[in-house]
Amino acid sequence: MDGFSGLLHGFGVALTWHHILLMVIGVLLGILVGVLPGLGAPNGVSLLLPLTFTMDPVAAIILLTSMYWGALFGGSTTSILFNIPGEPSSVATTFDGYPMAQNGRATEALSFAFLSAGFGAIVGVLLITALSGWVTQFALKFSSPEFFGVYFLAFASFVGLSGAPPLKAAVSIALGFSLAAVGMDSVSGSLRLTFGFDVLLAGISFLVAVIGLFGIGELILTIEDGLKLDGIRAKITPRDVLRTAMQMPKHWATLLRSSIVGCWMGITPGGPTAASFMSYGLAKRFSAYRANFGKGEPDGVIAPETADHSAGTSAMLPMMALGLPGSATAAVMLGGLMIWGLNPGPMLFVERPDFVWGLIASMYLGNVVAVVLVLATVPLFASILRIPFAIIGPLIVVVCFIGAYTIAGRPFDLWLALAFGVLGYAFKKLDYPIAPLILAMVIGDKAEDAFRQSMIMSKGSLAIFWSNPLVTSLMLLGLVLLFWPLLGALRQRLRPSRA
Amino acid sequence: MTRRLGMALGFLAAGMAGAAAQGWQPTKPIEFVVTSSPGGGTDNFTRMIQSIIMKYKLIDQPIVVSNKGGGSGAEGYLVSKTAAGDPYKVIFGTNNAYLLPYVAKLGYKFSDLTPVAALALDEFLLWVKADAPYKTAKDYVEAVKAKPETYKMGGSQSKDTDQTLTSILSTVTGAKFIYVPFQGGGAVGTQLAGGHVNSHTNNPNESIGQWKAGQVRPLCVFSPARLPAGPKVTETAGWADIPTCKEAGIPVERFQMPRTVWLPAGTPPGAAQFYEGVLKKVSETPEWQEYITRTVQTGQFLSGDSLKAFVANDDKLSREVFEREGWIVK
Repeated sequence: MDGFSGLLHGFGVALTWHHILLMVIGVLLGILVGVLPGLGAPNGVSLLLPLTFTMDPVAAIILLTSMYWGALFGGSTTSILFNIPGEPSSVATTFDGYPMAQNGRATEALSFAFLSAGFGAIVGVLLITALSGWVTQFALKFSSPEFFGVYFLAFASFVGLSGAPPLKAAVSIALGFSLAAVGMDSVSGSLRLTFGFDVLLAGISFLVAVIGLFGIGELILTIEDGLKLDGIRAKITPRDVLRTAMQMPKHWATLLRSSIVGCWMGITPGGPTAASFMSYGLAKRFSAYRANFGKGEPDGVIAPETADHSAGTSAMLPMMALGLPGSATAAVMLGGLMIWGLNPGPMLFVERPDFVWGLIASMYLGNVVAVVLVLATVPLFASILRIPFAIIGPLIVVVCFIGAYTIAGRPFDLWLALAFGVLGYAFKKLDYPIAPLILAMVIGDKAEDAFRQSMIMSKGSLAIFWSNPLVTSLMLLGLVLLFWPLLGALRQRLRPSRA
Repeated sequence: MTRRLGMALGFLAAGMAGAAAQGWQPTKPIEFVVTSSPGGGTDNFTRMIQSIIMKYKLIDQPIVVSNKGGGSGAEGYLVSKTAAGDPYKVIFGTNNAYLLPYVAKLGYKFSDLTPVAALALDEFLLWVKADAPYKTAKDYVEAVKAKPETYKMGGSQSKDTDQTLTSILSTVTGAKFIYVPFQGGGAVGTQLAGGHVNSHTNNPNESIGQWKAGQVRPLCVFSPARLPAGPKVTETAGWADIPTCKEAGIPVERFQMPRTVWLPAGTPPGAAQFYEGVLKKVSETPEWQEYITRTVQTGQFLSGDSLKAFVANDDKLSREVFEREGWIVK
């Protein structure tokens, strides 16, 4: 069964009251776990997993995926309102979403985020529908050198333009790399940088770092700026939501580019977090209002959100077709698939078309349900900003620490979050960029593994990165993006001489 | 703590005269610690047991599953140290429970664990890409011997079962591979299907989908006897059609990975027996049989002396490899 007929069959499976009710429940639960930093989609889904043991697989996967969509939307909410990313993949949303909220444009920022997220998700599902037969072949072309190429591309597209002094960006990246290296090294199987402390065995959770660097660091800054005791006065009407929706078509270029980046990263699979960073970097590079990025530029919200969601949805395809999870949440669902008695892999499409196409159809419906539900709650969420800081500040601290504790249930993570809070404060005071550190923490480890696996394969020859057209074009594209600022400067210098 | 436990035990003994013979009973929620991340083989093993216990109400208390897969699972086994004597922490793993402390300097020793039971043995097979020219395992090994250190063997981690088996294979046959560690059996499977490595030693469950789809095919199984015949996996072949490696001319008699359950050391007397009893019942349910058949493992319930003997033997075999490869940390 292929493409269109499969999809129609899928809608037949997914469109029952029972399933739609499950979607609504899943999305609402998801928004809840997404709003709480640290809890996040992977934890939420694994908490819900035991409940699905007795359900039929289609209903179970609809519940879990709907929760995933809800969590992705919820994660953007806190990024924009409090500068605390509820999900790792919504870190990039804070860069412009939070300044927008600070300037009294919270409703606009939230609506932009949700609408572009919905757009990204739908593009992702359309892609899955169209490519379901072909993508498995493409994904099989990826080995360690190609993966390194993808991560290199993500780094290059983001780093070349961070705007900060190159040396400071390098310090930030180096710190991120070393933090990512803590724990068991999967290539050599030995422990690194744990200094004999058992608590460091599992490595430093990226989420704890994010909660500290953003949430707590931001609070310390706010307190230093003098306690502004009243909240932001923002008039919120449901009409604002509608007005923002009307503006969406103007951002078609960003939407399109970010969807492509997202789908690419979801399928390859580089993951939604890398996708959102990369897409933000590209949006900044191609924008006419580049100077406005980081100060509340709508494109800076639209780009990461679109990419995040299109990556999140398209990551379901490698999960089903190859048993290769493209995100942490997909990994949890993969476990679910096996418990329900399904074998993920190329044959899943042939053996259980009702499951596969039911899931794909539910992704269309689930995302529409999710967008409607979250848009309806925008005024509610945005009005949180009107609560005075004296009340909301302590609440944020509590939520941050609960979040940090929930990740792994380790008291040590609380101290770590506090330490990262201080680090985040210092970074901002000394004008060091935080984003490169986060990026290095997220994909530094994977990039390193991919590089070393490639080196083992080629017995130490770098030529492996030029060994086939795919990896060569990835590396070339990465190099071009990395040196883009230099090329730009060169062009400017050449132009007067030609005249 | 112990007094409260004693009191609880007293209550139970008074309340349930019939159950008095069973001794220790749980009186609060139990945590199942998984020594792998979500989605891995150990995770499936644990959650399957949890779902069977829930279905048949084998334990009256709620069960929470938590994943502590950091440091190749060491994070989970460390619970035995941090929660020493706590009978409400049940640890689920493999043979890495006793092998990990050899290869990494960790905060726990094997003696910090109380063995409860092993429920299954996961099998290892030698897989190659479906269109590879080798008919038999012997053919493949000869090809590798002809060109040492050019053939790539993919594995799911470093210094774990896959690399140990690769090392044994090299020593026994003289074929030298390049071992490339990836993250997990799923990733390794995809690498072989894409032709980026030449072979791997995945468990049946990790590669059944790709075998069915005609992307990879097994050459032999590292088991003393052929796998049980089930429904055909591909058009022409089923698990029982795969020769044992010994039949195929590779003198490796047996290499299997036990799926094990542990408690911290120093738990109250009777706690280990309680869980052993529950797990025994789990292993006799049709759902468990279905899981074993579907994942093509060998269902074998080991506890007490049989478990000790298995561990001692497995430990000796692996230790020899670790010493030869120089993996042991001082």
